Order: sequence, then structure tokens, then C-alpha cells
Amino acid sequence: MSQGISVTVNGTKYSEEVEPSLLLVEFLREQLRLTGTHVGCDTSQCGACTVLLDGRATKACTVLAVQADGATVTTIEGLAADGQLHPVQRAFHEQHGLQCGFCTPGLILLTVDLLGRDPDPSEKEIRHAIKGNLCRCTGYQNIVRAIDAAATELRGAAQKTEVTR
Amino acid sequence: MTVAAVTYVGTRVPRKEDQRLITGTGTYTDDVALPGMVHTYFVRSPHAHARITRIDTAAAKRAPGVVTVLTGAETTGTGTLPLFVNVPGIKQSKHFPIASDKVRYTGDAVAVVVAESRAAARAAAALVDVEYELLPVVVDGEKALAPGAPIIHEELGTNLACTYPFKGGDVDKAFADAELVVKQRLVQQRLIPNAIEPRSVVAKLDGDSVTIWSTTQVPHFVQLFIAINLGIPQNHVRVIAPEVGGGFGSKLNVYAEELVVPFLAKMLGRPVKWTEDRREGYLATTHGRDMVHDVELAAKRDGTILGLRVRTVANMGGYLQAFAPVSATILHVFITPGAYRLPAYDCEVKVVYTNTTPIDAYRGAGRPEAAYLIERMMDRLADEIRMDPAEVRRKNFVKRDEFPYTAVSTLVYDSGDYAKALDRALELSEYKGFAKRRDETERRGRYRGIGLSSYVEICGLAPSKANAALGIGWGGYESARIRVNPLGTVQVWTGTSPHGQGHETSWSQIVADQFGIRPDDIEVLHGDTLESPGMGVGTFGSRSLAVGGIAVHKAAQRIREKVILLAAHLLEASPEDVVFEGGKLFVKGVPEKSKAFGEVVFQLYLAANLPDGMEPGLEAIVYHDPENFTYPFGTHVCEVEIDPETGIVEIVRYTAVDDCGVQINPMIVEGQLHGGIVQAIGQALYEAAVYDENGQLLTGSMMDYHVPRAADVPSMTLDHTVTPSPVNPLGVKGIGEAGTIGATPAVVNAVVDALSAIGVKHLDMPLTPERVWRAIRAAKPMEVRK
Repeated sequence: MSQGISVTVNGTKYSEEVEPSLLLVEFLREQLRLTGTHVGCDTSQCGACTVLLDGRATKACTVLAVQADGATVTTIEGLAADGQLHPVQRAFHEQHGLQCGFCTPGLILLTVDLLGRDPDPSEKEIRHAIKGNLCRCTGYQNIVRAIDAAATELRGAAQKTEVTR
Repeated sequence: MTVAAVTYVGTRVPRKEDQRLITGTGTYTDDVALPGMVHTYFVRSPHAHARITRIDTAAAKRAPGVVTVLTGAETTGTGTLPLFVNVPGIKQSKHFPIASDKVRYTGDAVAVVVAESRAAARAAAALVDVEYELLPVVVDGEKALAPGAPIIHEELGTNLACTYPFKGGDVDKAFADAELVVKQRLVQQRLIPNAIEPRSVVAKLDGDSVTIWSTTQVPHFVQLFIAINLGIPQNHVRVIAPEVGGGFGSKLNVYAEELVVPFLAKMLGRPVKWTEDRREGYLATTHGRDMVHDVELAAKRDGTILGLRVRTVANMGGYLQAFAPVSATILHVFITPGAYRLPAYDCEVKVVYTNTTPIDAYRGAGRPEAAYLIERMMDRLADEIRMDPAEVRRKNFVKRDEFPYTAVSTLVYDSGDYAKALDRALELSEYKGFAKRRDETERRGRYRGIGLSSYVEICGLAPSKANAALGIGWGGYESARIRVNPLGTVQVWTGTSPHGQGHETSWSQIVADQFGIRPDDIEVLHGDTLESPGMGVGTFGSRSLAVGGIAVHKAAQRIREKVILLAAHLLEASPEDVVFEGGKLFVKGVPEKSKAFGEVVFQLYLAANLPDGMEPGLEAIVYHDPENFTYPFGTHVCEVEIDPETGIVEIVRYTAVDDCGVQINPMIVEGQLHGGIVQAIGQALYEAAVYDENGQLLTGSMMDYHVPRAADVPSMTLDHTVTPSPVNPLGVKGIGEAGTIGATPAVVNAVVDALSAIGVKHLDMPLTPERVWRAIRAAKPMEVRK
């Protein structure tokens, strides 16, 4: 018995029929064909499917599509604005914070949420904050550096905005 | 003589691969969706060893959305899985993708369901009714060799797949002359590779041709065996390895699903997809390691090592996968003497079938086992004779002026300066100040230890003649093709198949320097058998740069030579006087009268004014066969603190000095080391695939198997020395596996050093809090109770 939901994904409003058992990650990947969100496990351990659900980093395999009814979702495809990479995306590139790239969309979105709530985390806080997302390639060191670099840049940008006001 | 203006090699060029990966626009295999595509789900055995007495698929076939359900007996048309290695005397099992007589490990496939959706296939799989007659189970390699053990493959009559012996030097004399013999049993626990991208295969029929997308490190091998096994002409089989989300050896195979999915596509005439669940991957994607070594090291009391005797039992699981016996034999046996002048060496490996998931290569594949073995033994020796572990190593190192060095194993080490890397690592890690730090830590009621590992590894697999002599059934060369289009754009195809290693960037740097153009002007393509050279061997064994990168370099040189010849003709000069740099060609001393690279290229296609005998066009294909292996090395230093109340090990400092010869892109080198070291820390402290006696995988999901997380591991301090390899023109050696090879023993040596204060001489991995806590309890119960 399918059910109607209405979700705003990357700024576009979708009204779709979904099966009640359909996971949000399946909805995004299979129904909307947004394949930048990945599936890495079946126990909510790896975080490859992390998206922003109403602004909060959420493992899209832990949420049913019907639970996202009325919500706003940002996936990796929706992060760059007007063709400009988000500072977190740029930092992952510049600091070599990715290798195979499979865990990367999840970690980037997790970072966006993290830095929105804590603009100046210590290395220990960063490592603690991202421990729900697995990366098997980078050993995390350059991911931590990328997050730190992005935090610095975003703080600088925030200060500038403050000054112009 | 003209010299390439070296501009990009050796610099931290940001990766070209990243743009699509950070925007979610890259395509991984599971992202491929095709019109009319059907989905598959494999029914897998819940038992480790059982005869299939009856299998009924009728109910599953009637389930909603089901297209068909096939058993092993109905899929024999796929042929059997290949074994790439013919180690002398090896007893090979027949390995069909879907079992029909009996199952040999938990997860062995017994049927495949094809349906309109994955959910429908999965639901119907539960309706396949299989009746099993349970058989006795053996999961342990040594127990599988005991008399009366259940036989996994009856037709072989034994669980012993082969015995692989090596003897060099006078071992009996070494042990007779010894002032002490250190004996130790070392367990290399079984690991699960855990590439974060699950395996996936998609196949599509186009007339007589089939296109396969697969999560593979070796697309050309997959192409070969699909052609051979399914009887499709090779030119009608196209294999694409699109973005591949990590491999670590677990995608270095020709897997059951890679034969079954195209078989189904051919049979049904519809596109077919299979993507594994993670728990399925834990059962049916190869595991790594799983060896037990009994070791004896003969030495003098001054620290000089005289002889080494090793008896290894290597558990291969229920079947021999493609490369499995190589890791257990060749890549373990020959490099075990490590960085040391060992006069006598005797090693014997027993390769054994058990009722467990097949083992195959896992990052390092035999070499981490070898390095762990010798580096633990050097520490055991140092402990017995009360000598500084750094000095025991230094005393026995092959010296820098002894290269090329012929080891007792017959390998010829290309180049090295082991003492230099050790010295730098000791300096960076402040080794001298350790005693003070330990005393301070012990005053706080915690233990502190420091551990070293001075590894050498064998990379650049492999000279084809060496492969043939060792029984590896394929050449070890690599291919490259460079095409310069009439308008000057450059395309490079490589036979290597990266899955995170950044070949697009590094190969661009190599070519850019030959042509004096920017890496961004070069397109590197890989992982598609359609346009690449006829054969690519693939990415594994730290071979990509030292073999594949050299093929690219040589192809670029050929292009460069032709461009210079034509420029000389156009400039009416002798080729020796032509300078090619900065994308321009000119006569030495007359840079103002230059021809642009693109202009000369265009002339090659106009073909109106070529020197006699010169072919039009600008394209080169190279197959490079290396003259020798390469031997990267280095020293890692790990410092740990241990909480006696909980047994938790904390790595407080990690220093690594590695030498991979000339570095093409230091940023990528460091990334490879970071990742490898953390995987090694995973093996040393956290990871183990555990079976119960019935062959059930107890660590069957990421909830039960501890892949290191960001908060578990430290930031590392890296440095390097550069000892160019003389066996290739770029002087490169390879870095992909150095982390897992160098780091595991350093971590374990540090933990054992910390606990040596309470008499601990050895602990087997993983050094989990429980294992460490128990060791502390057993040693000094009063102290722990306080």
C-alpha cells in the first residue's frame, strides 16, 4: 500500500508515492536517482548515506521515506550553490581528505552540520563528531585536517559578514 | 641530449579525481540503472559444511515479481572460478559459483533469485527451500590437518592444498652455532577487508556483446574469464570498472557473481544487477591473513642473527580464490628475512582448506605477515639479550653499500639505506627521551611502551619471468596507451585500475613533464577494456606506479621522441639540438624561433611535410615488463599508554619514516600511508573475524567487527628518505601497502614493551582491552586490584 509524501530535496519539491517500508536512502537513490548518497552497510554503522534532514546530519538508512514527509533534505548533489563548491567540499579537495570517495558525501554533509553547530572544534572534538562515519582509505588524518581548514575558512567568512554589517 | 624539464613530478598536485567525487556526480557500479533491469539475490547457506539433499525453488518462483530462480545444477554453464596460481603440487578444488553438491562455508551460494526489484528478489529468496545434511565442521587451519578432520573436498582426499618449502644457507649449522634460540608462536588473525563500497555487478546484452560494470581492481581479468567461461568472443566482452570504492585486495578476483550476472543477462536478454548487502559481503567477499607461524630464531648474545626457521599454516577457507595461494606462499616466504643479513633460512607453509570464507589478498598480502613475523622476532631477541631493539636491528641491517643485495631467499633487493630511515625515525619520535616519558606515565599509574618496526617489502609485481618461475599463471607487465589528437589534446589509457589511489593525477604529472604541458591538459582513462590496450594487469601489490606508471612514462617518451624528430625536421636542425620544454620546441640557444607542441602535432596529422620513413599520427602503446621487483622500506615508531584498570591501549604518538624511492605526488604518498597505518592499527588493536566451532561468523556485521573510527586513532607524524630504485627510469618503488606492512608490528611491539615491566613477552593480535586486561591480571593480580 503506497503512501503519498511531499519532500523538498536540494530545493526542489517532490510529491511522490512510496512504499511504507522504503528507506529514505532508497527513495533518494532509486526513486529520485540521486546516487551521490551511498549505501555502505545494512546496520547504520558506516554513515555513507548521511544527508542533511532539516539541516541535521542523518543516516538516510535509519529513516523511512514516509518519515521525511514535509521535510527538507540536502544531499551532496545540492551542496554546491551556483556552481561554486561549498567551502567544506573545497577543503576536502585541497587537504586530500578523500581517496576512493565512497564515504566522502556523507562526511562532507556531516561536517556541514558539525560546523554549523560548533564553528571551532578541536581535533579531539572533530574526531569524536565524525566517529559514526567510516572511512577505510584515508586513516582520517586528512579528513580531520579538511574539517579544520573548512572551519577556519567559514569562521573567516562569518567574521567578514559581521564586519560588513 | 635534451633533458625533460621536470616540473610536476615530485609536487603536491591536487587530485583531478576529486571534483566528481565531492559533488556526488561520480558513477559507482551500484549507481548504474538501466531500462528493463532485473535484480538478483543469492540464497546462501546458513551452514558451514553440509550436503544439499534437496532444493525446491517452486514457491520462490511463484512469488510476486520473480523472473526466475536458478540452482547450482542450472548454472553450471558459468564454468568454474579460476585460480591464477599454479604453486607446485597444488590440489585445486572445483569451484562453481553456485554450489550444487555440498556447501563448504557459511555463505556459500546455493541458488540465485532474479526479480523485478531487489526487494522482491530478497523476499523470494526466503522461500527457496533447501534441505541440508549437516557434516562435521572445521574452521581452524591446524585442526583441519589433524587425522580424522572433516574433509572439505572429498575428491582431493585431504585438506592440505599444498606444502610450500624454502631452504637457503646452512640452517642446521646456524642453529648448532647459536648461543640462544628464541621460539615464538605468532597468530595472524583473520581480517575482513571492509572496502566501504560493497561489491556490485551489472551486465547488459547488446546483440552479441555483453557489457559488465563491476567493482573490480582487475577489469581485464574479469573480461578474460567471462569470455572463456561463458564462451563469448573476447572482443564482445566489455568490462568497466567505474568509480570503485576501495578494494584492499577484496576486489582483486574473479568472483562467482561476476560470472553469474552476465550469464543471467545472456540467458534472460535483460540487464541484470547484483549488489551485496554488507552482511553478505562479510560472508562471501574474501577475507585476509589467517596464518599461524611457529618460529625459531637462532642468534648470538651480541644480537647477531644466524638462522630462522618458520612453520606456517595458512587457512584458505572453503575454496582457493584467484590469488589466495600467492599471499600464503610466495609473498610471505621470500620476504620474511626482511631488512636483515640472515645467513640461513628454512620456511615451510602448509596451505589448508577449512569451512570458512575463502581467504585472498588483503592490503599487503603475505608481506604484512612476513614483516610482523621478523619484526616481532627481532623484539623478542632484543628482550632476551636485554639489548635496545633499535640496536639489534641496526646490527643486522643490510648496509647501504651492499645493494643490490642478494638475500638468503634469493631475492635481489634493489636499493636501500635502512639505517638512515631508522635514525630519522628515532630522532623524530624522540626515542632517546622515552625512558623519561615512561617514568612519568608510570607515576600516573599507567603503562607506557615504545615499539619499532624496520620493514622492507617487495613491490612492483612483477617481472613476467619471475611470475612464470614462481607458478603465477600470467605476466606481470603493465600497459599504457597515449594518443595525442590532431588538435593537441592528450589522452592516456592505463592498464592499472585505481580505486582511490589517484592515478589520474599521478600519471598526468608523469606525462606533463615529458611534454612540458600542465597535468590538467592531460586526460587519464582507466577501467574500461574497450579503449584501453588489449591487456591490463590491474591495481594490486603496490605495482601500479612501479610498473604501470613506467609504462605511461615510456609511452610519453616515445611520443616525445617522435615530436622532437619532426620538430628537428621542421626547424632544419639535428634532433640532438632540439629542446622540448614548456610546451615548445626550439633549437638550443634560439628559443625565439620555436614551434608549439600543438603545431608539431598538427603537422603529424597533416602529414604533408614529414621526414622520410616517419608514419603520420601520434600515438604510442607500451607494455612494460619490469626487470626486477622494487623494495620500499622504512621504520615506524609507535608509542602507547595502557590503562591497567581497563586494558585500553591508547596510541599517544606515531612516527613513520618511509622510503618509496622517488615520490611522484607526496600528498598522495602521505594519504596512502595514513590509510595503511590505520588499517594496521585496526589489525593490531581491534579487528578479528571470529568463527564459532560450527563455522558461524560471530563478527558478522560492522556492529561486531571493529573497523577503526576517527576517535580510535591518532594523527601521525610522517617523514621520508628517498633512495631511488635503479630498476626503473623514474626511480620509483610503490607505497600502497607500506602502512599495513610497517605499522602492525610497531604497534604490537609497543604494547608488549609497555607490559614487559610485568613480564609479558608476547600477546597475539588483536590487542583488545579484554586481552590486555587479562594479561595484566594474569601477571600481577595484586597490583591491579590495588
